Order: sequence, then structure tokens, then C-alpha cells
Amino acid sequence: MSAQPQTLIPSSSTSACRSLPEPRGAEILIEALLHEGVDSIFGYPGGAVLHIYDELWRARDRVTHYLVRHEQGAVHMAEGYARASGRVGVALVTSGPGATNAMTGIANAYMDSTPIVVITGQVPTPLIGTDAFQEVDTVGITRSCVKHNYLVRDVRDLAAVVHEAFHLARTGRPGPIVIDIPKDVSAARASYSSLKNISFPLVERKWPPDPQAVAEAAAAIMNAERPVMYVGGGIVNSGAAEALLAFAEELQLPVTPTLMGLGGFPSMHPLCLNMLGMHGTYAANMAVAESDLLIAVGVRFDDRVTGKLATFAPQARVVHIDIDPANVGKNRAPEISLVADAREALAALQTEIKNLGQLYIDRGIKRRAVWWNRIRAWQLEQPLRFTGSGDHIKPQTVIRELHRLTNGDALVVTDVGQHQMWAAQFYPFKRSRQWITSGGLGAMGYGVPAAIGAQLVLGNQLVVAVVGDGGFQMTNQELAMAVQYDLPIKVLIMNNGYLGMVRQWQEMFYERAYSEVDLSVSPDFVKLAEAYGAFGVRATRPDELSDVLSAGLSHKGVAVMDIVVSKEENVFPIVPAGGNSRDMIVHQEGV
Amino acid sequence: MKRRNFSRDLWQINANLKQDKVRNPQSEIEIEMRHTLSIVVADQPGELSRIVGLFSARGFNIETLSVGQTTDPAWSRVTIVTRGDDRTIEQIVKQCSRLARVRVVLDVTMQPHIEREMALIDVEATPGAARQELLSLVAVFRAKVVDISETGMIIEASGNKEKVEAFIDLLRPMGVRDVTRTGCIAIGRLSTAVNSTRVSEEQEFAQAVNSA
Repeated sequence: MSAQPQTLIPSSSTSACRSLPEPRGAEILIEALLHEGVDSIFGYPGGAVLHIYDELWRARDRVTHYLVRHEQGAVHMAEGYARASGRVGVALVTSGPGATNAMTGIANAYMDSTPIVVITGQVPTPLIGTDAFQEVDTVGITRSCVKHNYLVRDVRDLAAVVHEAFHLARTGRPGPIVIDIPKDVSAARASYSSLKNISFPLVERKWPPDPQAVAEAAAAIMNAERPVMYVGGGIVNSGAAEALLAFAEELQLPVTPTLMGLGGFPSMHPLCLNMLGMHGTYAANMAVAESDLLIAVGVRFDDRVTGKLATFAPQARVVHIDIDPANVGKNRAPEISLVADAREALAALQTEIKNLGQLYIDRGIKRRAVWWNRIRAWQLEQPLRFTGSGDHIKPQTVIRELHRLTNGDALVVTDVGQHQMWAAQFYPFKRSRQWITSGGLGAMGYGVPAAIGAQLVLGNQLVVAVVGDGGFQMTNQELAMAVQYDLPIKVLIMNNGYLGMVRQWQEMFYERAYSEVDLSVSPDFVKLAEAYGAFGVRATRPDELSDVLSAGLSHKGVAVMDIVVSKEENVFPIVPAGGNSRDMIVHQEGV
Repeated sequence: MKRRNFSRDLWQINANLKQDKVRNPQSEIEIEMRHTLSIVVADQPGELSRIVGLFSARGFNIETLSVGQTTDPAWSRVTIVTRGDDRTIEQIVKQCSRLARVRVVLDVTMQPHIEREMALIDVEATPGAARQELLSLVAVFRAKVVDISETGMIIEASGNKEKVEAFIDLLRPMGVRDVTRTGCIAIGRLSTAVNSTRVSEEQEFAQAVNSA
């Protein structure tokens, strides 16, 4: 090729560049987010993200930014958004304190495998490492609780980083991704290149169900006398609820969901034994303890489920289906492992079993009738129950009443503590993503912001945040945000004037030494709601409960229902930490 | 002394231990073994600390660590020697594999492989008999003198952990003033050479020691 045309082409493109300057990093970031289908960002501005906020202002017609009142709220909202929608939630915070405040949410998303992308500002690259104003080593402090994180040092990498971050957040076992962007990088100019130009070879990790393992698992299931399906958050994350229902019905298998798995299998279904574990039902825990085959799908054998590992399901062989190979064999070594997406694995299993023939399936169902008789006996022997009271509102009644008034259709978000367990026990769920809670991390303060994030997804459908008086006060400032953006969440405070779960443990295991759990001095939550411009209403007597809940739930805007419940109610059953189902305390003594 | 057993590679010892376990599955004893992991990770800032952080966060221990480029400059190889029972090692391998920038994690211990460490040893050696004695040990261990002064020598020695340690132990009475050791590096043996024409430096070395 001659030299002439070569010199001509660049000169013409240079002039084109002059007329249209390359976009700034901030603009590239927004474009990349839009490319990923982001329409909502929860955030809080600050010095290091000024360029990004400047660009957000320009792009305000295309992407909505929701101004939170604390960065923890921003990340929990992104989580609530992700959990309710199945899409990636996005939070944007500044450097230093912005990043440290976001930590709880990031860790929470990591423990519960929630796909979020958290964008943090960072001090300009020349200042990194100088203890600059509002500098923390964000990638360093978030490293152990993210799926992956990035410090973007070159604006030319930014677009690729964003696209890879979204890819990583939602594929495989979902999780949080942190993108740390120094201020000078968001100001620098580069050309925007979308998905096609990802410089780093993406490590694609996809496991189709291994046919050999599927066959082994199918055989184990067909031969089992006392099988139990133990299903978790993986069902919800992979959208496997339908596949699970079809599979369980086909074989008439008992199903017990974990706290994270609630909604993944309809609670009222005759095959459902409801939640297992520390506060699981008697029937679920007994069935697991006596089972000869545990079909574990999308679970990680968490200590709140297993109690003492050595005595968890002691007679059972284990088929473990999980998308994360590191979960398989981490706590309990399975006899058969199937590293795959839960939906694909269940579908493959069902096909495999169908191929064995209907006769075979029917014979299995017939044989397991004995097992079902035992399970039904456990269910009758010790159903979930509580004693009523004429003087005080019982917290369990509140959840029952909530269920009745909402026809079981509300999306229920909880905080962490006793109310969370009562909601899990007494609100039967119909569908996946109807239940949002902080499981692994157990982060108080999760309820209100997560409900706000979920409300954004659900529009005007009913989202109820069931919270305690303790957790509510950790993030109640976000009520202002809910009011500001007209996200009409309904907050149901189970107000017992105590840090109830800690108090329960102190009562049961520390000789009633109620050390620092008294919350009787709290603000007037009705007035507080009104101060935020929300609707507040209170019930203190059982006969008020229905009307107060109805008033709160039917209010058009943000509502706070302060339900004063009996002070020293305990969550039962309880398997003490490190125990097993033999140690299960089913009910309060003398009741 | 097990450390002096040069005639067997570590992988053989491990394999034997493992066989015992297979023969006697009832045994409750979990065998803690040394494992050498070879981790190929993107050569990017922060990736090493991700791996090291994972070890400390999950309570795994690192005996030695060494890092270097692979044939492709975009990827580094991290060689970590760690200790644990089978399940712990399996967890380490799986947890490391989960990292987004890790391409592959190999537990090289269970296959024929070659391991090497290097040590730089500062030993007292005044001219005369002491120096001669030191030089003869250097010859037997195929080590090298890399620096010398009136009062001492710096010796470069390489070999597997056992050999390097044996060498240092032998030098100790002569007055070892300082030692700098690298971590272990490892590479799989060429598969064709495993059973037939394998020349094991350790075997050769053991013969040399025996005949000396």
C-alpha cells in the first residue's frame, strides 16, 4: 500500500475527533450502564464521584438516580431491587466513608449470592496511597466479600470493566462486584467501546449437568426409602421453582426450603414441610434427621441449617446440586455431586427418571407411603403453634393477620431477628421472589431499604417490610427517601421494646441475664413516620390489630404500622447452636 | 529421619499414604499432607493478594509461596506449598478456582513432578581445613559458591525441600550466619519419561551420599 492514503485517513479522522471530543470516563460509565439495561441507580454523592454525578445529571432522562440517606441503604436497596427483579442492582457511592458505609451491604450480597454492582469513587490516581482526604483501599477492604472487584487505573479499561462486572455479577453463583473509579479516571477522555471490545479473556464457567452424575442421582432417588429435598436460594436465583415443583410432584418427594429458599416452593403445597434448621418446623427437622437420602439443591449446608454437622442427617446419603463447586463438599461431603445450574439439573434429573418408566416411578411412590405416614405424624404431633393472649398482641398473630389481609400475595421483606423467623414461619409464600431477607450475614437494618428497592420493581404492588424495633432504627432514615420518590412501602414494626432474639438467647442460655437488650426508650414510631411525611398508625391491643393493619396496608403512600407485641415471646422450635434435631426445643416449657 | 529419605519423591510418599487410607477407610485419622499447588493467575495488580487473602480468610496455611511469569506474560504462576487433609486441599483448590482471574489450579502433588527450592547460605569459612570441608560438602550437594571473603562464603544450593534442609543442617555446625530461601516451584514430569528413562536427581544424589 502506498504511503499517501495511509496519511490521509488518520488526518481526516483526527479532524472528526476535534469536532466531537471523546467522552469522559463518567460518560463512558453511564453509557456502559445503559448498555447493560440499568434504569435505576441508588446512590449518594461525594467529592470523588462529582464527575459521575455531573454526567448523571445530563443523563437524568435515561437513568434515574435515587438519593438515599446512608450508603448502607443504597446497597441494600440495590439488593432488594436485584432480589425482586432477578436483574443486577446498582449502587453508587463516593470514596472513603462512602465505601466503608457500603461494606455491610456488599458483604450481605456476597453471603446471599445477590447480583449487584457497586461503583465507588476513589481519590485521583496520583493521590492513591498517600492517605489522601477520604481515601481508603476500597479494593483491599472489599476483597474478601466480593465476587470480584476492580480498581480502574486507565479510562480505556472502564467500559470493558463495567461489562465484565455485570457479566460476573449475574452468571454462575451471583454476587456483588465492586468497581473503584479514581476521580481523574472519571474525568479522563477515551473512546467508548461497548461489549465487543472486552480486552480480557472472560473466563466462561458453565457446567451442563454431568450425565453420569445425573444417572447416579436418579438411581439414588429411585432407590431411596426416606428421601427429603433440601432446597435453598439457588432455586430462586436460577429460576428453578417450576422445575422443582414438577420434579417433586412427579416423585411425590417431601420438600423443605431453607430461609433463603422460601418461596422457591409453595409453602401451602402438601409436599412442603416448610423451613428446616434452627427455627425450622419439627416435621422438617425430623424428616431430615431420619432421611436416608438428602437431595440438596442450591444450598450450602449452612450452620443455621445443619447445627452440628457430624450429626446432621446422619443416616442420609447426599446428592448435592449446586452451581458453585466450592459449596460442594465444603461442609458435608456428598455421595453424589452435581455441579450445575439448579434448573438445568432438576430438568435433567426429571428426564432421566421419566426414562426409567412410569411403572418404576409409581412403585417408588407406593414404597414411600410409609415414609409419608411418618412425616404426617410428625406434622400432626408438633405443628407450628403459639399460645394466644387476651392482653397482648402475639407477634405470630400479626404475621397470620398480615397474611390474611394481603391474601398471601404481598412481597415480604424482613429485617433480622425474631420477627424475621416468625415471618418465615407464619407467612406462607406462593412464589419465588416473594420473600426477601438477609440470610447469611444477618444484617439488621436490611429491611426498610431492601423493601424500597423491591418496591421500585413492583410498582404499586404491595411490599411489606416486617422489621423489629431494633433493626428499624438502624436504617429508618430511608423513610425520607421512600417518601421523596413515592415508593409506597408498608413498614410493619414488631415492637417488643427488646432486641428480642438476643434477649431470647439470654433467657434460654444465659440464665435470663438481659444484658443490654432493653430498647424501651425508643422514639414514638407513629410520630417519627409523620415527621418523615409518612402515615403512622399504632396497635397495642389485640382487638386493634386488624383495623390498624388494614389502615396501614390500604394507605396509598408510605405507611408505618407500629405493632406493640408481647415483650418476651420466644421463637420456637429452636435447635440450640451446635446442636442437632434431638436437641430441638419445640415449645415453651409448660405450654 | 524421614527428611533424609531422598530415594522417594514426595508424591510417592503421598500416594502410599493415600493407599493406606483407601485400604483402611474406617480409619478416622485424616492424613494431613504437604501439597504443592500450581495456580495460573492473570498478571495484574492485586491478584496475588486475592489468593493470599483467600488463604488467610478461610484459615488455610501457606508454607511457601513463589510467583513468576509463565510462557505467556499475561499470566503468572503462583506455586504454594500448603498442608491439609484431602477435604481441606479440595476446598483450597475449589476456592482458588472460583477467583475470576484464576485460570487453573493444579494440585501437582499427586502426580509425578519435580520440585525445587533455592537457598543462599552465608557460612563461616576461614582459609584452611574449614574451607576445604565446606567445599567438599558443596560438591556433594551440587551447590555453588557464589561469593567468598576472608571469613566466609555464600553458597547457592537448590533441590527439593528435603535436600536444601539437609544441606543447611550439615552446614550448621560450621557456622551458618544467614539463610535466604525461596519458595518451592514445581513442574510436572514429562509423561513419557516417568516409568522408563527417568533420571531422578534425588536418586542419583542419594547414591552419591551413600558412596561418600
